[in-house]
Amino acid sequence: MNSLKTFAPGGVHPEENKFSENTPISSLPLPKQLVIPLGQNLGAPPKPMVKKGDEVKTGQLIAKGEAFISANIHAPASGKVAKIDDALDSSGYRRQAIFIDVIDDIWEENIDQTPDIVREITLTKEEIVSRVKECGIVGLGGATFPSHVKLMIPDGKKAEYLLINGVECEPYLTSDHRLMLERGEEILIGIKILMKALSVDKAIIGIENNKPNAIQHLTELSKNYVGVTVQALKVKYPQGGEKQLIKAAVNREVPSGKLPIEVGCVVSNVGTAFAVYEAVQKNKPLIERVVTVTGKGLSNPSNFLVRVGTPISDLLNAAGGLPENTGKLINGGPMMGKSISSPDIPIVKGSSGILVMPVEESRRKKPNPCIRCSKCTEVCPMGLEPYFLSKLSKLELFEKAEKNNIMDCIECGSCQFTCPSSLPLLDFLRLGKLRVGQLIRTRK
Amino acid sequence: MNMFTISGSPHVHGDESVKKIMYAVVYAMVPAMLVSIYFFGLDAVRVLLISVLACLFFEWVIQKYLIKGPVTINDGSAVVAGILLAFNIPANIPAWMLIIGALVTIGVAKMSFGGLGKNPFNPALVGRVFMLISFPVQMTSWPVAKPLFAPQLTDAITGPTALGLLKEGVGAGKTIEQIMSDPQMPDYMDQLTGSMSGSLGEMSAIALILGGIYMVIRKVINWQLPVSIILTVFVFAGIFHLIDPQHYINPTFHLLTGGLMLGAIYMATDMVSSPMNMTGKIIYGVGIGLITIIIRLWGAYPEGISFAILIMNAFTPLINTAFKPKRFGLIKK
Repeated sequence: MNSLKTFAPGGVHPEENKFSENTPISSLPLPKQLVIPLGQNLGAPPKPMVKKGDEVKTGQLIAKGEAFISANIHAPASGKVAKIDDALDSSGYRRQAIFIDVIDDIWEENIDQTPDIVREITLTKEEIVSRVKECGIVGLGGATFPSHVKLMIPDGKKAEYLLINGVECEPYLTSDHRLMLERGEEILIGIKILMKALSVDKAIIGIENNKPNAIQHLTELSKNYVGVTVQALKVKYPQGGEKQLIKAAVNREVPSGKLPIEVGCVVSNVGTAFAVYEAVQKNKPLIERVVTVTGKGLSNPSNFLVRVGTPISDLLNAAGGLPENTGKLINGGPMMGKSISSPDIPIVKGSSGILVMPVEESRRKKPNPCIRCSKCTEVCPMGLEPYFLSKLSKLELFEKAEKNNIMDCIECGSCQFTCPSSLPLLDFLRLGKLRVGQLIRTRK
Repeated sequence: MNMFTISGSPHVHGDESVKKIMYAVVYAMVPAMLVSIYFFGLDAVRVLLISVLACLFFEWVIQKYLIKGPVTINDGSAVVAGILLAFNIPANIPAWMLIIGALVTIGVAKMSFGGLGKNPFNPALVGRVFMLISFPVQMTSWPVAKPLFAPQLTDAITGPTALGLLKEGVGAGKTIEQIMSDPQMPDYMDQLTGSMSGSLGEMSAIALILGGIYMVIRKVINWQLPVSIILTVFVFAGIFHLIDPQHYINPTFHLLTGGLMLGAIYMATDMVSSPMNMTGKIIYGVGIGLITIIIRLWGAYPEGISFAILIMNAFTPLINTAFKPKRFGLIKK
């Protein structure tokens, strides 16, 4: 193993609490009804291709992404379309979703359901990109950016490195960790497929040092895959951030406002690499994913392989039931996840975990005045001054906030996590980003 | 039906708080407090108690009856200000002077600007300098340190500080050699352990550095700021010593006497009134070091660190505006 690397500047180290890291991935029984929100990728939501009463098979296309940045959605189980209606999703809004009454689990014939590992990559570069697009693959690290768009390198740019994100720096979450341990071979084939599509000959899998078994397992396996190496990283949040991972692994800084391709890098999550393997080698669309269900009060913190559209309450019941003193439900990890109002919200492509928090940890602490300790500045991974930006935003001095690089904020929450005065720094930074974004758009 | 809290991320918080930081500073000052009690006995206890209680009292009165807002005296900041004020004055100060000093510290330097986090100047130093200007005699007659269990000869022996002897000697045209041969002059061992005349908390360099190391480990202060002050003093005083050792004393003397360690480690590092990024902190530290030595060598007062810190406090907003942290991904053109 080579020496530990990490990013600079900034970063914090929250309590890891990876309760479910030794629990193998298990499947959940299908629910009676699936609710599949249409807006589950970054960019434009796809258009429904089915109507009420239609019968669908597992893996059948039910919504087609027509815009450039959009992603297809497939039926996660077979059954009958009950309705197309608004449903509450993790954004907190009611948005359009396809409701499927599950009857059975009959798959489309052209999907390879066998567990056999297909090693030989027969598809060409172009075929890979179009297959990834057809199968509705999106970034599974949480950003849900349509993967085929990432595979189309803009003219004049060249990818040099493929970075695979196995960092999982969010506390509590273990879905990527389990996937690396249990589906390592498939992930590596997925990486080779991505390398072929991008025409790169170097891929680096970044894994934090709190997962030594995953580092060892993938290092061992990668010996058979030319050009793929594993880089152990020091445990530090937010190392899973795209820009931070690039800085840590290859010591390059993505310029402000630019994409990783600017420094010759493309970043993909291990979960995405696995989904790409299944799409390209097995013709299987993205209809299920691994979700960690965890929390301090939960009796069986678990990692479940879940069909998209399954209500969160099913997962919670399988993990031992919602504890009595639950004060907050979070879709995602504790640092960047969204708190949700109801356990009836469905799992979507971007759900990496469901976190249950007890009442006593659910409320924020009472804020005190800023004592100008500058800890927020020290931990900001983007070299910003959160105390200053949040003040500017509070005073509605948005142009000044823009000059002080507010748009570079990646909303990792390290500032607010660290603040001894418990100030809602990120709330004001988000508000500022929103308003500065509006300002920039009106200028165009 | 359960009701769940909805709030923006992050949903966890590190366990740091204002109160914990303030009490960490208090713990860091315990060694220096013990040294002051060892050398000045009950007088030290008296000054510390009066100062802390007066600071707490004034903060409470102002918050409750003048501002009519929330009372936050248990956040520890008034305790820190009280101890720092006590550290900066002689142990034999009359109580009423100290109480007026506490009123200036809390009322004028802190609460009139809006309380915790809003004061541009270090409150304890404002209180100290106010007392120095208002009560110049009492503020500059220091009791001679005598170990707690040593035979007590008489009670009211006062003597000049090492820096005072130096200033007086240089003023009278003596050479450094002549000044150092004065029997009242403490040797290096005395300077390290604090066996000399001086304000309550500035006695022992060792005790102060010990507390400083604790604060660095506890991440209450950055080591770079005190080190930049100390290095600047050492280099700047060293240059003059090398040029003319007969009239400029060696730089180690400057480091171990007066309030330099106390100022560099506990006063200049005050979060509220010091700059907020590393480049700024170092520039601020170098400024404090330079002004301190300028005052000590050529000013009217033997000691200058209080003034140096207050002067640089005034530059803090400017430094914060001029020096920004290095932005990630921003290439300089």
